[in-house]
Amino acid sequence: MGHVPLSWYLILSAVLFGCGIAGFVYRKSVITVFMSIELMLNAVNLSFVAFSYQLHRIDGHIYSFFVMVVAAAEAAVGLAIILTIFKNRGTLQIDEVDSMKL
Amino acid sequence: MDTILFIICAIMAVGCAFNLVLQKHPISSALSLIGVMASLAVLYLLLGAEFIAMAQMIVYGGAVMVLFIFVIMLLNAGTEKTSGKSWFAQIAGFPLLSAFVALLAFLIRVVLPPLRPVEFGSWVGGTAEAIGMLLFTKYLLPFEVTSVLILIAIVGAVVLAQKEID
Amino acid sequence: MNFFVVSLIKIAIVFAIFMTTLAYLQWVERKVLAHIQSRTGPLRVGPHGLLQPLADVFKLLTKEDLLPPHVNRFFFLLAPFLAVSLALVSISIIPFGPEVNFFGTRTFMQVADLRVGILFVLALSAVSVYGIALAGWSSNNKYSLIGGLRSSAQMISYELPLTLAIVAPLLLANHLSFREIAVSQAGYYLGFIPRWHIFQMPFPQIFGFIIFMIAGFAETNRIPFDLPEAENELVAGFHTEYSSMKFACFFMAEYANMVTIACVATLLFLGGWQPLFPAPYSNWVPVLIALAAAAVFFLQSRAPVRKLDRITFPIFAAVAFLAAVLFAIPFLQTYLAPIFWFASKAGFLLFTYIWVRGTLPRFRYDQLMHFAWTFLFPCALLNLLATAFCVAVF
Repeated sequence: MGHVPLSWYLILSAVLFGCGIAGFVYRKSVITVFMSIELMLNAVNLSFVAFSYQLHRIDGHIYSFFVMVVAAAEAAVGLAIILTIFKNRGTLQIDEVDSMKL
Repeated sequence: MDTILFIICAIMAVGCAFNLVLQKHPISSALSLIGVMASLAVLYLLLGAEFIAMAQMIVYGGAVMVLFIFVIMLLNAGTEKTSGKSWFAQIAGFPLLSAFVALLAFLIRVVLPPLRPVEFGSWVGGTAEAIGMLLFTKYLLPFEVTSVLILIAIVGAVVLAQKEID
Repeated sequence: MNFFVVSLIKIAIVFAIFMTTLAYLQWVERKVLAHIQSRTGPLRVGPHGLLQPLADVFKLLTKEDLLPPHVNRFFFLLAPFLAVSLALVSISIIPFGPEVNFFGTRTFMQVADLRVGILFVLALSAVSVYGIALAGWSSNNKYSLIGGLRSSAQMISYELPLTLAIVAPLLLANHLSFREIAVSQAGYYLGFIPRWHIFQMPFPQIFGFIIFMIAGFAETNRIPFDLPEAENELVAGFHTEYSSMKFACFFMAEYANMVTIACVATLLFLGGWQPLFPAPYSNWVPVLIALAAAAVFFLQSRAPVRKLDRITFPIFAAVAFLAAVLFAIPFLQTYLAPIFWFASKAGFLLFTYIWVRGTLPRFRYDQLMHFAWTFLFPCALLNLLATAFCVAVF
């Protein structure tokens, strides 16, 4: 069987990042926007691991590990903020949280 | 064998990513994201990153996404409204995004130096032992700072989510 | 032989034995619970109820398979599938014995030896939360939702002490692969105390074992932590709306998780397939036990309480005698002795599961969560710190 070129992994990472951007810009529910951010972080993790394979060094794995940890902390705090927004505004659509708009 | 596995996982990852963006209900999006993470874990295993693959499933698939699903179930987040979306995003969004991804793909193919072919088993450097050695010697400061960051996140989440004391 | 062919044969054997074990674990549970409660349990379907699991399988297969109209169909069907498939996969990395040489093929008694086996088991237990959460949510029913959310919260809360209790013996074994952990527990102190992790200097992992078993009870939703699926509290909790085969899937998933926790505890703390005292004396233990069982069956068959036992007990005695003969053949001893020790240790832990079920009342939900976060998690952390200190200093 032929081997998979590493550029395919990087292009897959780019495609996933693009999907994350699409979800982040286009969707209105704040939870879906947050999930698109997680998708972008995962795409970047794939890039890190792919380059770590290219250079045969595991520093990429360590960076990926830290990205995972920071994403977990961010998810915890972000979801707590979402809960507070829901408690105070009663809505989960980001368009309706506009009381500071001019 | 590697090629078939890569193609299956890549199709599943891209399919689940599209599903995440296109689904109306947040729970379907959450499950699609879990599908993306699972297929990415298999791709990490193909790239020789066994510890990161397992950490991905434990941390992302077992903790972060469970948190998402909890919040969606607790808040009873329904399907989102479809009115009021900007016409610019709807018409020009997809072509611009495709152009961006195509630009990235072009840069990857042309600008980067020649890349290795990925052969499963040719490099098994992602062992827990190697990562542990590096994590506690060279990257000790980020490790300690990250632990403080997680502590801040825990305190912040507890404070934000506690009941009002009236 | 080819690696794929050997793996397929191992998968077939392990799967067949595992499914039979799951079915008969249910029989054992009903019998043991019954005897704790001073009654007899299944007695009529086959000799002493031994065909009861078969009858249960027929009953569950032929029951009406309801799909209530108010459920979210895709997730309702996905949830039991997720639960049972993730629970059954975890048997694939459990080693049952050392490396054996079977007619010229050297192979491990394990379907797949991952270098990060322990992380794989943790990942599976982390992801199996989704089966229950989705079951609770998709049933569109307040009891199921509360049961599903409570069960998910309980499972992720108890994952923390479980993981910390797992890490402590890893400091003693220095490896993440199950095979290496079991191999590192070989040998004996003073010639007769086995070097299992619960006895191993510099820090015997007794507390770690207890914490692991308690967290294991909570992970598998067993009494005393089974409020999310209690019949008299929540109308069967997250599997209220499930019937027939889908309910059987959840049932199987619960027993498979029990077996996984028991096997992982055996490998991490009780030395896996290492015998209690040195071979060759330990090879005679299964022979003696089987002979004793044969003698008991034979003597009881003289004046049994039930008339049918006049026929069935001698048959059991003959089967036990045959087992004794099999264990005594030196050629088969290299294969059967490690499996006997592994199975007896895991079997003892499964008996403890059933024993606790028959003995303890269940926790209230807030008591359960309070116990996890304010008592068990600090205990596991202290155990890890003490182990690390002892390993570093001695």
